Amino acid sequence: MKKFLFSILCVLTGLLVGAIILKLSGISPLEAYKIMWMGAFSKPSYWAYIIIRSTPLILTGLSVAFAFQTGLFNIGTEGQFIIGSLSAAYFGYILHFNPWIQIPLVLGLSIFFSSLYGGLAGFMKARFGVHEVISTIMLNWIALYFSNYIVMIEGFHKPNTETSEYINPSTSITFLENWKGSDSGISWLSQHPTLNEFMKPSVNAGILLALISVLLIWILLKKTTFGFKLKAVGLSPEAARYAGINVNKKMSQSMMIAGGLSGLAGATQVMGVSKNIAILATHEGYGFDGIAVSLIGSNVPMGSMIAGFFLGTLKYAGQKIQSALEAPSEVIGIMIGAIIFFIAVPLLFERPINQLMKILEKK
Amino acid sequence: MFALELKNISKSFGLFKANDEICLSVKHGEVHAILGENGAGKSTLMKIIFGIYQPDLGGEIFYNGKKIIIPNPRFAIKKGIGMVHQHFMLVRPFSILLNIILGVEPRTSLGTIDYSRARSEVMALSEKYNFNIDPEKIIEQISVGMQQRVEILKTLYRNADLIILDEPTASLTPQEILDFYRIVRNLKEVGKTIIIITHKLHEIKEIADRCTVIRKGRTIETVDVATTSEEDLASKMVGRSVNLHVKKSPSNPGEIIFAVDSLNALNDKHFPALKNLSLQLRRGEILGIAGIDGNGQSELVEALTGLRKIQSGSVKINRLEISKLTPRQIYESKLAMIPEDRQRRGLVMDFKVKENLVLQRIEKNPFSKYGFILTRELDKFAETMMERFDIRPRNRELNARNLSGGNQQKIILAREISNNPDVLIAFQPTRGLDVGAIEYVHHELIKLRDLGKAILLLSFELDEVINLSDRIDVIVDGAISSQISNETIKTHPNIKEHIGLFMAGGKV
Repeated sequence: MKKFLFSILCVLTGLLVGAIILKLSGISPLEAYKIMWMGAFSKPSYWAYIIIRSTPLILTGLSVAFAFQTGLFNIGTEGQFIIGSLSAAYFGYILHFNPWIQIPLVLGLSIFFSSLYGGLAGFMKARFGVHEVISTIMLNWIALYFSNYIVMIEGFHKPNTETSEYINPSTSITFLENWKGSDSGISWLSQHPTLNEFMKPSVNAGILLALISVLLIWILLKKTTFGFKLKAVGLSPEAARYAGINVNKKMSQSMMIAGGLSGLAGATQVMGVSKNIAILATHEGYGFDGIAVSLIGSNVPMGSMIAGFFLGTLKYAGQKIQSALEAPSEVIGIMIGAIIFFIAVPLLFERPINQLMKILEKK
Repeated sequence: MFALELKNISKSFGLFKANDEICLSVKHGEVHAILGENGAGKSTLMKIIFGIYQPDLGGEIFYNGKKIIIPNPRFAIKKGIGMVHQHFMLVRPFSILLNIILGVEPRTSLGTIDYSRARSEVMALSEKYNFNIDPEKIIEQISVGMQQRVEILKTLYRNADLIILDEPTASLTPQEILDFYRIVRNLKEVGKTIIIITHKLHEIKEIADRCTVIRKGRTIETVDVATTSEEDLASKMVGRSVNLHVKKSPSNPGEIIFAVDSLNALNDKHFPALKNLSLQLRRGEILGIAGIDGNGQSELVEALTGLRKIQSGSVKINRLEISKLTPRQIYESKLAMIPEDRQRRGLVMDFKVKENLVLQRIEKNPFSKYGFILTRELDKFAETMMERFDIRPRNRELNARNLSGGNQQKIILAREISNNPDVLIAFQPTRGLDVGAIEYVHHELIKLRDLGKAILLLSFELDEVINLSDRIDVIVDGAISSQISNETIKTHPNIKEHIGLFMAGGKV
C-alpha cells in the first residue's frame, strides 16, 4: 500500500515537472494534458494502440522485476528482447505448420533462446563472478549486431530492403487478421462501430500472454518452494548458502526466467505487430523501458502490469501533443526521467507518505 | 561539578520510547559504565550525547556544568566529546595516519596537507598513550584491536576529554581485551573521562569506577562498581535474579558419533587454514574448541558443513562419510549448525519468522506439496516452535529483522534442533546476546547434550567454553594443539590461564 502511494506520488510529481517544462517552452500544460487525455482514451482504436504499446513494456518490466526479486539487476532485457524477436522472425519464416503447432512452437523457441541468453549472464556471474550489470550491457550489443547479421543472410533477408522476410501467416497472433480483411468481416464490423474502431490496429494475443505471465510469476514467487529459494538467495545469498541452497544455480535459473520473459516480449512484438525484423541502428528501448516500468511498479509483478499500462499510455498519448501543439515529444521522456528520479530518492516523500498513511488508517 | 550530566532525557521513535526520562551523572576522570541488555536504549542515549539524535523536549544536558544543546556530531567534537562506535567508522583502504587526520588535516602555508606535522603529532600521541601504531599501515591490513586504537586516537587527535566507547570489546580477542584495558587505564590516568557502553559484567568489574544500569529505556540505578557483585549487576540489568554459572550434570558420553580425520582445507586467500586437523565427538558430550579468532575456526565449521572445499581428510557422522556431500545432503545426514553470524548467515533478515523456521526444509513434507508451499502447515509449525522456544513477540508474520538478537537466535535454535540432529555445531552461539538470552541458549545446549546428542562448541569467549564443555580441544593455526580432559577442567585451579597458554601457542 505504502509502495503504491509512493509510486503514485512520484508519478504525479513527474507530471508536474512535465507541466513546468511545457510551460517553459511556451505551451499551456493544461491544454497539453487535455490533448494527451483525449488522445489516449477518446476512441476505441486508441485503447487498442495503448494495449499494443503496453504489451512489451509489461513483459520487459516483469523480467526486470522478477530478477530484482531474486537479487539480480537485469539490464539485459534489451538484448534478450532482440534474441526473442530474432528467433520469432526466423523460425516464423522457415517453419510451416498450421497455427496450432506453429504458434506455440515459435513462441517456445523464442523463449528458449532468449532464456539461454539471459542465463548466460547468470552463468557468468555464478561461475566467474562477472557482475550481471556489466555482462548484460555487453550482451545487449552482441545481440544487436548478431541480429543485424542474421537479417542480412541470404534467404532470410528480403531483397532490396533493410528488413527480413515476413513471417509465415500461420505464425501471426494478431486477432482475426484474415477475417478483418474479408468481405464478411468488413461488413460485420461496419455494423459494430466500437469494435470496428478497436480492431483497426493489430490487436494481438500478446497482451493475454503478458497478463498470464504476470500471474504465473506472481504464483512462482509467492506460492512455490522454487520462488521461496529464489527470494532467499535474493535477500541474503550468504544465509541461503548456509541453508544449503545452491546459490549459483539459483542465480542462473533466475536469469534464465528473466531472459525468457524479455524474449517473449520480443516474440509477441514480431508475431503480433511488425511481422518481421529490421536492421537496427541502435536499441529500440523496449528493454530499457522495462527497467523504468519495474521501478515505477516497485519491482513486483502486479506493479509491472500497472506501470506497463501507464508507461504505454504515456508514450502513446505523448506523440499526440507533437502534432497538435508542436510541443516537443521529448517532454514525455523528461517526465519519465523525472518519475524515475523521484523513485530513486525515496526519502523525499517519506514524510508526506507517512502522514497520508496515518490519515488512511484513521479511516 | 560533573563532566556530564543528563536530566530527564527521553527519546521516542514513533510510539516506541527508547529512552524514558534518563538521568546520568558522569564525574571528571572516571570510567563510567552504562550497563543494559540489547535494546535497553544504551546506544540511543549515547547517540544523543554525541549529537546524532536530538532528545525529546523536556530533557537537559549539562557539560562541564553548563547547559548545552548538541545539534550535531561536529559540535560535540568541537566541545571535546569523542565517540568510538561499535562498528568502526574507518576508510578501509586509507592508512592509519590519513584516517586519524581525516577532516582536521593540518595545512601548510600553501594549503596542502602538512604530512610531516600530522605524522609527528600522531606519533607523539601514540607514544604518550603507548598505542604502538605504525601510521603508514593500511586499515585493511591491521587487526581489529589495532583498528580500535586508531578510532581512540582519532578522538584524542581531536582533543576529546570525554570519550564514549560503544561495546568496545565485542570483536576483540582475549589478548586484545587486556591491551584495551591497559589503554583505558592510561587514558584515565591523564584525566580523560570515559563512558563505556556494555553488557559484559566482568568488563565492568575490570575497569569501571561507577556503573549506571538501564533497563527498557529507564535509569534503574547508579552503583559503585567496587562494592557491587556481578550477580547484583546482572539482576539489576535483567530485572530478575539470574544465574551466571551454568548448571549441568556430569556428562555421560556414549559411542563416537562424529569423527574428523586429518582434515586439510584452504582459506579464502588460498593458504592452508586447516592442517591435518582431527577430532572426535561422542554422543552426550559437549566438545569445546578454544582458540583465538583466526586460527581456522571459521574454515573448520565451513569444511564440516560442506560450505568449504576439503583438500583431503575425512569427516564421518554415524560412520557415514560426508566430506564429499553437498551442504543439503550433510544437513540431511543429521548435522545441524548455529552459524557464527546469525544476521548474515543464520537468517534471511527480510523473511518472516515462519519462513526462517523452515529455510532448509521448505521442500519437505509437510511444508510443501508438488513444489507449492502449504501455508497452513507453515503457520502451524511456526506456532508450535514459537511456543516451545518462547520466541517473542509471538508473531510469526514479523520479519526476522524486527526481533531482538536473543529472539533471532531462538529462531535458529528452534530450526536446527527441530530437525532432530545427531550432531550440532554451535559457532559463537551467544555472540552479542544479553545475559538472559545467553542463559537460555546454554540451557538448551545442555538439554540437547543430555538427550544424547553431540555438540561441537566453538567460541572465542574462553569463559563460555570452560563453563559449557565436557572436554576442550585447543585449536592453534589450523590444528588441534592440545586436549583438555574433563578431569582437568573440573580440578585445575587456574584452568583459564592454563588453556590461555595453549591458545597463545604453547604445547603440551
